[in-house]
Amino acid sequence: MAADTSIWQRIGFHRSFGVAEAGWGRTLAVAGVSFVYFLPVLFIIFTAIKPQALALSVPPTLSPTSLFGLIPDQFVFTPTLENFSSVFSRVMTGGGQPEPTGFDRFFFNSIVIASASVLLALVLGTLAAYGFSRYPLKGNDTYLFIILTTRMLPAIVVIIPVILMFRAVGLSGSYLGIILLYTAFNLAFTIWMMKSFFDELSTDVEDAARIDGSSGTRVFFRICLPQVVAGLAATFVFGLILTWNEFLFALLVTGPDTRTVPVAMNQAVSSGGRGTDWTLLAAIETLFLIPVFLVTFFLQEHLLRGVTFGTVRK
Amino acid sequence: MSTIELRGITKTFGSFVAVQDADLSVAAGEVVCLLGPSGCGKTTTLRMIAGLERATAGDIVIAGRRMNGLPPQERNIAMVFQFYALYPALTVGENIAMPLHHQAIGKAEIAAHVAKVADILHLRDILDRMPGQISEGEKQRVAVARAIVRDPNCFLFDEPLSRLDVELRHTMRSQIKAVLSNLSRATVIVTHDQLEALSMADRIAIMRDGRIEQVGSPHEVFARPANVFVASFIGTPQMNLIEAEFKGYGDGKATVTFGRQDVNIPAAPAVAALAPGRVTVGVRPRAFTVVPKDTADTIDAVTELIEPMGAETLIHARTRTGGDIRVVIPRDKKVKVGEPLHMIPDPMQTHIFAADGKAVRA
Ligand SMILES: Nc1ncnc2c1ncn2[C@@H]1O[C@H](COP(=O)(O)OP(=O)(O)OP(=O)(O)O)[C@@H](O)[C@H]1O
Ligand SMILES: [Mg+2]
Repeated sequence: MAADTSIWQRIGFHRSFGVAEAGWGRTLAVAGVSFVYFLPVLFIIFTAIKPQALALSVPPTLSPTSLFGLIPDQFVFTPTLENFSSVFSRVMTGGGQPEPTGFDRFFFNSIVIASASVLLALVLGTLAAYGFSRYPLKGNDTYLFIILTTRMLPAIVVIIPVILMFRAVGLSGSYLGIILLYTAFNLAFTIWMMKSFFDELSTDVEDAARIDGSSGTRVFFRICLPQVVAGLAATFVFGLILTWNEFLFALLVTGPDTRTVPVAMNQAVSSGGRGTDWTLLAAIETLFLIPVFLVTFFLQEHLLRGVTFGTVRK
Repeated sequence: MSTIELRGITKTFGSFVAVQDADLSVAAGEVVCLLGPSGCGKTTTLRMIAGLERATAGDIVIAGRRMNGLPPQERNIAMVFQFYALYPALTVGENIAMPLHHQAIGKAEIAAHVAKVADILHLRDILDRMPGQISEGEKQRVAVARAIVRDPNCFLFDEPLSRLDVELRHTMRSQIKAVLSNLSRATVIVTHDQLEALSMADRIAIMRDGRIEQVGSPHEVFARPANVFVASFIGTPQMNLIEAEFKGYGDGKATVTFGRQDVNIPAAPAVAALAPGRVTVGVRPRAFTVVPKDTADTIDAVTELIEPMGAETLIHARTRTGGDIRVVIPRDKKVKVGEPLHMIPDPMQTHIFAADGKAVRA
């Protein structure tokens, strides 16, 4: 048991599990609400480990274990990892040998494209936000508003000229193309988020650093940035989630080599002519959740501070 | 030489004039206090000296060098901010050491410097703590330590004591004064607390609405205020400023009328040049002598409120014309509410201000 506790403590659960502080009543209420929210995710994960035949069975199978006899046998299924292996290689139309599906490549694409574009947007956006915040131009607010307007049009309207331009300059189907597109897509949001974080900081500290002999660059990197780490984390995660799940741009701008998971998922499910393979879809979705889950988990401490910035601090 | 000279500096924000045509010179080793009500441009003036704000017009000369276009990091100035502005992510020791990192000196020497100022300001035991973990008084001392750790051209303090409680303020006031007296640098301290200014400054510059109204030693600004504003701003209780009619001058005395009562007040010969008309007579509350009825040339009033202040008693009295007069008398002098008071002002502490508010003196 002692070993158990230390593992929980090490990954930070002891703090979130402040039952003694909150009392059992509230803890149970929160647990109930969380369960409702988590149910769809749980459902997907269970579907991913069901035998394919049970995917749509009525009554539905609910649990991989009988929980020591608590759940009647007809609701229990035998868990399997077969769906996960068929994400990466499976028998295509017409039978024969299992073939690689290319999903390893698509996951790689998603990770590279999402992180590259979000990081790029974060770098550019943070610099721009600092400029807007500390060295306002004449008509600063107008510029900020114009930047925001880039996000006002629905993607479906924007995508047509984008496709035409990408064709003309040969960016269609390339990594560079989709990364640039996502970067532009994330930039407005990043600038607005980061500007509000910079605006919250006391400029006195920066002035003090300047007087103490720091150059503008040093003030930015050594004094200002460390104070907005929470903001950077929050902006990164929000941007990542938006980009990670993006479908339309990816569908129309990526090629076979640069395809991202959401697009590939759509194609995997609708191809084959045998109707939707729900367990396969659930397996892809489960895998698809993991990277974002990990990033969010490791940044959660910063995230919480980032999101509550300005409400808790003041 | 560590000196500061401001020549006609002006700062406008859009159409708003925050500082107008300010002249000020601070000699090496001199402490000048910028004193004035809130919003009069004290901080703006200080920030222009530091280079954090660009002067719209005028010259800023520090240590003999014109500094107008130079950024703060090239001016070699130490400044203590109103809210201390400690670096939140650095320990107290690192905070103090920060200004030294831009000078070409070794780690050991930095540590020695930090230890030295930490000793002066009694910060030895908290060098490893974070700014969030120390008290206001300690933060204040850390901010001062960070300023004196190197050898700057001059020191700037922006209301350094405003966030401390009364007792701490007293000790810090003398501590800062002691530290500064050993450094012989030009120092400007911003404050809106006149006691602080009177006790710390060699000279005081009194500001109002972006203008410097008077610069002088604490004694000068108290004893010879240049105008009505300075007269009313310096000294507690406030100087009495009585509206009166100037009739004429003769025999070293000015004849003024309060209501229907003519009073001859000893005044400087310069008053003779004044045209008859409205003036303001300023008398400090402690400059009245209460005399028996029927003495010549008294100012008369009726006691309305008595406020014992320990060693002295503050009396609020009303003149026949309805004006309010504050008088401080020794505790042993007994006065009752409703009793008439007859007072003679001390000629040395009586000021006549012309209609434009300027003091009329020889
Ligand atoms: N960046 C700015 N933009 C516009 N107006 C400003 C700016 N900074 C200061 N002001 C104005 O200039 C005037 C002087 O401000 P300043 O901060 O110098 O006052 P202060 O004398 O230090 O007052 P306090 O005692 O309250 O600190 C104020 O009316 C203020 O509103
Ligand atoms: Mg101020």
